Amino acid sequence: MSSFKIFDIAGSGMSAQSVRLNTVASNLANADSLSGDANSVYKAKHPVFQAVMGSVAGLGSDQSTAQVKVTGISESQAAPETRYDPGNPLADAQGNVFAPNVNVVEEMADMISASRSYQNNVEVLNTSRDMMLATLKLGQS
Amino acid sequence: MRTALDNYLGIHPQALQLEAQRNDLLAANLANVDTPNYKARDLDFKAALAAASGQSASSSTPALRAPVGAALSDAGASSALSTDNAGGIDPSALKYRVPMAPSLDGNTVDEQLEQAAFAENNVRYQASLTFLNSALRDLMTAIVGS
Repeated sequence: MSSFKIFDIAGSGMSAQSVRLNTVASNLANADSLSGDANSVYKAKHPVFQAVMGSVAGLGSDQSTAQVKVTGISESQAAPETRYDPGNPLADAQGNVFAPNVNVVEEMADMISASRSYQNNVEVLNTSRDMMLATLKLGQS
Repeated sequence: MRTALDNYLGIHPQALQLEAQRNDLLAANLANVDTPNYKARDLDFKAALAAASGQSASSSTPALRAPVGAALSDAGASSALSTDNAGGIDPSALKYRVPMAPSLDGNTVDEQLEQAAFAENNVRYQASLTFLNSALRDLMTAIVGS
């Protein structure tokens, strides 16, 4: 039955948004992970979403609906922040330490957006489930 | 072929099926709210229902109108949509939404609009369900008596 697709669609949305929440958590947790080397310092990670058109197994090449797929995690290419802190045990020969290119404010906004989108998908799932349960009772009352 | 039972139930079985399919579409739009280059889609309900019930689109079905704002562009140009359609949605009724505020990443999903359409579609579904339920109950009364 085609309506069961909705669980896959909303489920894929929830899973994609939870990956996004995970990357936000990782970025925020590592916002202060300093390093003495500009190359090895933590880089902000963001998921890449892609729409996957069409078919749930067994339904043929129906192109009408799209699930979300996380195709990968991209690392921000922005330059890490350089801080002059010769007292830091991690400091390099010039006395610099490198801080991740994580923008905490941006990450917080991203977190709220991801959490709202997740809630949206949960709402879709609940509503659709209620609809289907009501349909099951068709003609019984 | 329409049987006597089909005639008795009227347009509601087709309407219920289309509403379920529209539910899938709107769920896909909401799931892809953050997907770059995703184009939101919706069903031209009047055309789809007319096709499903074997009427021409011009004959009036006053209770059912085109969805929100009727801001839908023709999806016919996309070859992806004209392939065989196992889901049963009439491809000509499947349209792309015209975005009111296009975003930089090419995504045309308007979250609020989709939520409103989803809620509206849900109510329509419940209504069709209620009509069908009462029709079936009437039928049972006629069969069982009393």
